[in-house]
Amino acid sequence: MNDSILKIENLIFEYAQYEDGENVRAVDDVSLEIERGSFTAIIGRNGSGKSTLAKNINGLLLPTSGTVYVNGIDTCDESQIWEVRQTVGMVFQNPDNQLVSTIVEDDVAFGPENMGIAPEEIRLRVDEALKAVGMYEHRKKAPHLLSGGQKQRIAIAGAIAMKPECIVFDEPTAMLDPSGRRDVMNIIKDLNKEGITVVLITHFMEEAASADRVIIMDRGVILADGTPQEIFKESDKIREINLDVPLAVNLADRLRKNGIDVPQNIISTEELIEWVLS
Amino acid sequence: MIRDITLGQYYPGDSLIHRLDPRIKIITTIAYIAALFIADGFIGLATSAAVIFIVTAVSRVPLSFIMRGLKPIFFIIIFTFIINLFMIPGETLISLFWGLTITKEGLRTAVFMAVRLVLLIIGSSLLTLTTKPISLTDGIESLLKPLKVIKVPAHELAMMMTIALRFIPTLLEETDKIMKAQQARGADFESGNIFHRAKSLIPILVPLFISAFRIAQELAMAMEARCYHGGDNRTRMNAMKMRAGDFVFMVLTLAFIGIIICERYFI
Amino acid sequence: MGIIVKNITHIYSEGLPHETTALDNVSFEINDGEFVGIIGHTGSGKSTLLQHLNGLLKPKSGSIIVGGTDITDPACKLRDIRRKIGLVFQYPEYQLFEETVARDVAFGPKNLGLTEEETEMRVKEALGLVGLSYDELKDKSPFELSGGQKRRVAIAGVVAMKPEVLILDEPTAGLDPKAHRDILDMAEEIHEHEGNITILVSHNMADIARLCDRVIVMDKGHVALAGTPKEVFSDEKRLTDIGLSLPPVSYLMHRLNERNADIKADIMDIDAACREIQRFLGEKG
Repeated sequence: MNDSILKIENLIFEYAQYEDGENVRAVDDVSLEIERGSFTAIIGRNGSGKSTLAKNINGLLLPTSGTVYVNGIDTCDESQIWEVRQTVGMVFQNPDNQLVSTIVEDDVAFGPENMGIAPEEIRLRVDEALKAVGMYEHRKKAPHLLSGGQKQRIAIAGAIAMKPECIVFDEPTAMLDPSGRRDVMNIIKDLNKEGITVVLITHFMEEAASADRVIIMDRGVILADGTPQEIFKESDKIREINLDVPLAVNLADRLRKNGIDVPQNIISTEELIEWVLS
Repeated sequence: MIRDITLGQYYPGDSLIHRLDPRIKIITTIAYIAALFIADGFIGLATSAAVIFIVTAVSRVPLSFIMRGLKPIFFIIIFTFIINLFMIPGETLISLFWGLTITKEGLRTAVFMAVRLVLLIIGSSLLTLTTKPISLTDGIESLLKPLKVIKVPAHELAMMMTIALRFIPTLLEETDKIMKAQQARGADFESGNIFHRAKSLIPILVPLFISAFRIAQELAMAMEARCYHGGDNRTRMNAMKMRAGDFVFMVLTLAFIGIIICERYFI
Repeated sequence: MGIIVKNITHIYSEGLPHETTALDNVSFEINDGEFVGIIGHTGSGKSTLLQHLNGLLKPKSGSIIVGGTDITDPACKLRDIRRKIGLVFQYPEYQLFEETVARDVAFGPKNLGLTEEETEMRVKEALGLVGLSYDELKDKSPFELSGGQKRRVAIAGVVAMKPEVLILDEPTAGLDPKAHRDILDMAEEIHEHEGNITILVSHNMADIARLCDRVIVMDKGHVALAGTPKEVFSDEKRLTDIGLSLPPVSYLMHRLNERNADIKADIMDIDAACREIQRFLGEKG
């Protein structure tokens, strides 16, 4: 059997709405396993429950019912919660509101410091993490002087320095400009190549297309789960829940409607170009 | 523009003073301020002045830069000077109108007090000018640590200061943005009476508070995700270490205090 | 009524060591009724430019003439500028502050000195234009609404001032694909309904290509390129040099054209791209 780092069993998460006291079910009976070393993208509209699901993965939120296992540890086990959070790092949407210190390298050290690691070891980890995201030369700067993309890279370095086995990215590029978005996506892909399990929550279908597995969430449930090729094959279903499909998929669909037999596995612009010219 | 305001003034440099352990700087600054009030004569104050000017010179912070910091409290210095000058009874030196007199004691106290105040300001500004806010915070945390036995939350206080320092620029930028956005909707913050102006702040304050709460919530979440659980079992990357220079500085400070005490009680 | 921007220069923190020239002798014109896109990456001077158009910043030199009025003239009243030009900032929902939606939208019109009745009419109309129901939402707290709705309310707050020029600074930032499309459709509708000048600042080249009559490309405080989307997006080299990219469809067609000159490169919309590829495949057999 495959080796899964995350195992979610019948997860239900509800939160109380203030005014009427009614409970809103954000995640509704979700079961899921994430394979070690894989790259999974979770897409869905705002309010589809994807962010809530992400926060349940490292115990920032605890299930209303059901269980979440990280490396076999139940996130509800309070005695091991730090173990869980060290295993699954997290990077959030707003680059500003997740940096703690006034100096870049101190911020990256924050996680390892909390874990009680020896100072010399922290130094090594911080330097390594900053180099991995290409921000080593900015290590002495104040975060508020950096661009959004650079701040997000610092946040990623902060997660890397904790040596997690898995990182959950909660819409990390939503607030960035195109060049910041490109940088962050490249780093995410590199981290995955080095063996870190990646869970990427995003609105951008082009980003999702670079994952090995895509999960679509809608109204708290998993609507579809498969390889990008499998998912984008059913482009109508995606449009139905008001999400976009990559340009190549869109074009291929139109060509097919006009009687041209475009292969189903084309999902990227590069693949489409090759096919048209072949 | 709001962004141009420099809070917690730090004068970047790499002088001997800049490189001292922040704890030493905090302790010696406190000692220096105490000494200023122990010093009771010309020799004592002259020594104190000489010491601070030497330290300033070593720190390579321009004196004019420090003096600029004196401007806002210039009025207070003048005020205390005048009060002391006229209110201290004693041997009359000059008689003025309305029975106002300047006494010998009054003049002496007034001059000494003014000098003390100026030296006190220079001394404490030197501390912030030569120490990064973040090192200052670390220093305070470390010095307060022994007080943990009497439940002083040293780490928590230091963490609060760090976060405040980190988010002051963010909140200033946010304020700037919100002000401009409301101005674009025709808000006017500059005209009208005080009551009117106070009311015109609501469109800024409400969004600002909401922003601050949102930041707090997101930051708390991010800190928890990075295993933050208070100061217990926490290590630091840059553990503060006392070096030879720090001991020398400490010894010099002790010598200085010695001189001041001798001057007061034995001369 | 049009906009003439003539040789404006703006310098931040002049005389200080961190002095930066944000706008350097920028000139362009916008004609009445145009939908204009402004693109450029962070720090290109875009947002400084917008703030000049709205009178929030004054240029060091140069002038901005809107419908015959020089808004850089010190004698020009701010209220008159605001009446002419509405600026919706990025993430405008963060500026909401009133207890009810109706009162928040009314803030701008009231500041213009309109009467209660006029204000109410404007609020109704503006909420309608942004696609929200006045009756349903007027008494709700803006903070109870969904992200997309909040943003609409905030945009309504500027639309209610009936500006002759409506500037939208990245109105779709952070929204999901559906809300993104809805907001842009809304911008188009407002533009048609009001017949005003609309200026859209965006990083999304596909949106710019689809919506705009003309595009202004900013780089390092200069206007790097200006023209119709077709003209601007034909200069791929220049765009990539300044760190921008082509709309995805143009990118695809450029790549195809590079490898086979039979395929036309200057195509920006997906239907035309579909036809062109079909034609090519048909001829190829």
